Amino acid sequence: MTVKICDTAFDPFVEIQNFQNQLTLEGKFGATSVFIGTMRDFNNGDDVQAMTLEHYDGMTQKQLTQIIATAKIKWQILDCLIVHRVGKILPNEPIVLVAVWSAHRDEAFEACRYLMEELKENAPFWKLETLATNETRWVSKHINQEIAHDK
Amino acid sequence: MITLRYFASLRETLGRSTEQLEIFELHTVLSVWRLVNPDFSLPENTLTAVNMDYVPQSHLVKNGDEVAFFPPVTGG
Repeated sequence: MTVKICDTAFDPFVEIQNFQNQLTLEGKFGATSVFIGTMRDFNNGDDVQAMTLEHYDGMTQKQLTQIIATAKIKWQILDCLIVHRVGKILPNEPIVLVAVWSAHRDEAFEACRYLMEELKENAPFWKLETLATNETRWVSKHINQEIAHDK
Repeated sequence: MITLRYFASLRETLGRSTEQLEIFELHTVLSVWRLVNPDFSLPENTLTAVNMDYVPQSHLVKNGDEVAFFPPVTGG
C-alpha cells in the first residue's frame, strides 16, 4: 500500500507499471481498477490556465493511510497505490491516481471508488485556480458538488 | 506551547500560516482560535485538526499539540 505526493508532473501509466512490476503477487490478482484525475482547462464556466495545489504535508499522508486501512477492512485488497500532485499544475496534467489490485473485479471497482471519494472528502488538499484572465480563485466545495451533479 | 497552522484561503485571510502559543489554562480548539483571533470569528465550515486528525471545535488542546484550521478540502 503506497501513498505518494509529487511536486512535479507524473505519468500515471508509468507509475502503475512500475508499481505492478515490484509486486510479488504473480497469479494472485485478477483485477486492477484505476482512476486517473486530470486537470481540465475549464471550470464553472471559466477558462482556467493553471492551478496551484496546496496541502497539509503530513496530515495528507496520515489521512490517506487511514483511508486505505479502512478500505482494507471493507474489501479484500491485495495492494493499492495513490499518487497525488501538489504545486503548480497545468491543464492536461494528471492530478491524482488511485489504483487497486485484488483477486476479483467487484473488490477492485468498489475499493477504487471508495478510496477516491474518501480522498476528495478528507485529504487536506486545496485548489487555487488561475483563470485565463489571470484572476485567481480558491475552488470551493460548493462548486465541486455542482460539477458532480452535472455528471 | 502549542503550534497553530492555517491553510489555503484562511491562511491568506489571516496573513500568516503558523504561530505558536503558550497556554496556561484549559482550552478547546475554538477557544484557542478566539484567543489568537479576537476580532475574527471562525468562519462557518472551517475544518479543525489536532495532530493531523480531524477533531470537533470542542476538542481539548494540550501543550505540544499542533492545531490546524482550514477550509473544506478540494483535492482529487
